[in-house]
Amino acid sequence: MQEFLLGNEAVARGAWEAGVKFVSGYPGTPSTEIIETLARRYPETNPRWTSNEKVAFEEGMGAAIGGLRTLVTMKHVGLNVAADAFMVFPYSGTNGGFVVISADDPGMHSSQNEQDNRYLARVAKVPVLEPSDAQECRDFMMAGLDLSEQFHSPVMLRTTTRLAHHKGLVEVGERKEVPTREFNRDPQRFSVPIYRLLRRPEVEKTLTALAEYAETCPFNRIEAGADHKIGVVTSGISYQYVKEVLPNAGVLRLGMTYPLPANLLRDFCSKYETVYVIEEGEPFIEEFMRAAGIANITGKELFGVIGEYSPARLRKTLGMGNPPAPFTDGIKLIQRPPMFCIGCGHRTVFAALRQLRVTVSGDIGCYTMGALPPYEAEHTTFCMGASIGVAVGLEQAGHENTVAIIGDSTFVHAGIPPLIDAVYNKSRLTLIILDNSATGMTGSQPNPISGKDAMGEETPKLDLEALCRASGVQNVAVVDTWDRKEVVNVIRRAVFFKGPSVVIARGPCQQLPEIKHSHRIPFFIHEDLCTQCDACFKVWCPAITRTENNFPVIAANECTSCTVCAQVCPTDAIKLAEEFA
Amino acid sequence: MKTYSLMFAGVGGQGSLLIAELTSLAAVRAGYDTKQTEVHGVSQRGGSVETHVRFGEKIHSPIVTPGEAHAVVGLEKLEALRFAHFVDPQNGTILVNDYELVPASVLNAEALYPHESIAYMKSKGLRVISLPASQTARDLGDARMANVVLLGALSNLLPIERDVWDKTLRLRIPAKYMEGNLQAFEAGAKEMTERMKAEA
Ligand code: SF4
Ligand code: SF4
Repeated sequence: MQEFLLGNEAVARGAWEAGVKFVSGYPGTPSTEIIETLARRYPETNPRWTSNEKVAFEEGMGAAIGGLRTLVTMKHVGLNVAADAFMVFPYSGTNGGFVVISADDPGMHSSQNEQDNRYLARVAKVPVLEPSDAQECRDFMMAGLDLSEQFHSPVMLRTTTRLAHHKGLVEVGERKEVPTREFNRDPQRFSVPIYRLLRRPEVEKTLTALAEYAETCPFNRIEAGADHKIGVVTSGISYQYVKEVLPNAGVLRLGMTYPLPANLLRDFCSKYETVYVIEEGEPFIEEFMRAAGIANITGKELFGVIGEYSPARLRKTLGMGNPPAPFTDGIKLIQRPPMFCIGCGHRTVFAALRQLRVTVSGDIGCYTMGALPPYEAEHTTFCMGASIGVAVGLEQAGHENTVAIIGDSTFVHAGIPPLIDAVYNKSRLTLIILDNSATGMTGSQPNPISGKDAMGEETPKLDLEALCRASGVQNVAVVDTWDRKEVVNVIRRAVFFKGPSVVIARGPCQQLPEIKHSHRIPFFIHEDLCTQCDACFKVWCPAITRTENNFPVIAANECTSCTVCAQVCPTDAIKLAEEFA
Repeated sequence: MKTYSLMFAGVGGQGSLLIAELTSLAAVRAGYDTKQTEVHGVSQRGGSVETHVRFGEKIHSPIVTPGEAHAVVGLEKLEALRFAHFVDPQNGTILVNDYELVPASVLNAEALYPHESIAYMKSKGLRVISLPASQTARDLGDARMANVVLLGALSNLLPIERDVWDKTLRLRIPAKYMEGNLQAFEAGAKEMTERMKAEA
């Protein structure tokens, strides 16, 4: 049977078919749909969202040594967070099959950096599989579990944005139940730091065995071509572009990119005058080939390390023609940057920060858009949880009124230790927690603050106020994000407070299904009362546009009745439509 | 067999992804190898959304190369213009909704907005067919079905039978929206037939 599936859906399907019984992960583009699909379609796999990737990895490690087939999912930077566990797991090796998804993001569509996690796998000494289409996303997921059990090693399945977010036809099968493996409490194996001297040689033995396996691994495939001069070594989605742009070239498609098969590569390259190494990201395969003494190759010096590849880019690089560029002569192509959803509570908070002219250290989430016009009220953003530590550092550098701003999910992910530290080291930090009860940017997944788990079932809700107080913050205030004046007042008070303070700005994410589909009565602008002062435009709500006569008008089917524009109107011209009826 | 490459462009929330997916599903049902991919930035909150669909005997890349698209379907004028260079300048068609969504987050957007984009694309020698899809959809009861009006128009350009489209829509669209959407599709297909007759 065939299904038309997203790469991520195909990974989920493969996990289900292969009898996976434990799945954990933290949402992160482009990996998120794997757990979403499992929760929706394949609950037998026991999927869950965890607080962060390190927790996900550790729970997965426990499930796998306990004997279950296990999948752990995250985006590339998530693996940085989980790296502590990732680096040590190969020392014990696994019991049940263990696959970790690293969804890399060449082109930084939704990330703060480009990072080729094949290097992290090499540091950890973990084998890497790289599928080339949706079918292989399923197949390699399943094969990865077998490989993991065969070599007792965790396995990385590396996808990229284009793989994870493209759809293709996938031949699927049924689920096979796999019995839980027996767990023998063996401290000599699982207490790595104590028995490190016993474990260290095992890691090398496994790696050597994997390198041998790579030479004949069915995923490393040679496709002979009519062209006897030019050969191509490629992996991942780039393989598809190669097949399209150089249909006659001989191709060595590497489906397993760590460890790499030295003999296979040498053999292949000896048959051609020139071999192109075409891999998105860093010269991971290329460097190995050069180190293996293969000299007739052309790689990154031609194809480049930055950004996504595409057939157009390969054609251009290979001198096969210049595809047309966007039209710009004689016309202006203005950008359409993303912005806060209609009714998003982040608006009032950034309006207040802009008004207060404080320095703001931001974090990872929708609220990075607070750095863009019209707000321009976020001045640093690095990585998950960094807002708080950076604010403490800026304070030490003399920027005393720095405000750190972080979302609820990001706070749970990586904001709690820095908050505790800020209090401990006597900072007078002002922290705003934007609590919309969801992991908004990735599509409003539930988190420990939502009171719901990945399956949508009720679960205890984290008490943010109590947590902040327990960290030692005396001054904790809660404000409704749709109360414009109160938002300004509360933030101002917090900024001038002579000690650490937390403002919890609370209001639901507009993408939450229960919010999105709730019945809301739109606001309406009465032209007889409107003086065209334009104050409501300064709310920057996309539901407010202009009529031909220059009056503001609210799109009735888009207004979320947040009331904010009505609060700013000096003549009370904005009311619920029914109040005028 | 020919490979068909299509580009769908719109603003987050307009439903360009849905008609791209309906096209892919129809192509799959008609027996073609099919791939689809979408590109969008930091989040989908009101930004540009582009979706690529390719189908044929054997499809490798899901990404459409500029200059090769059989059709560029723009749900909004500025977005059609943004991706106009993807169309095959000899044999391709730009299908555009005669509808403007001025980006609210750009300062002076109203003044900078390229209101003349349809005439501009035509001046480049491209085949541009603009349809009042939002208006047609509004007349049928819901402006949000503009996407399906355009899908109906697009169906005239693709080698996929009408009953395949029907079945695909029936499987994918929730029952309570079905009647309206089938009408929207029909209206788009009919309008397109007339435009093509007029052109000939
Ligand atoms: S997804 Fe949620 S948090 Fe993000 S902009 Fe929309 S409403 Fe705000
Ligand atoms: S009440 Fe005003 S600000 Fe709020 S969503 Fe409606 S139009 Fe926008």
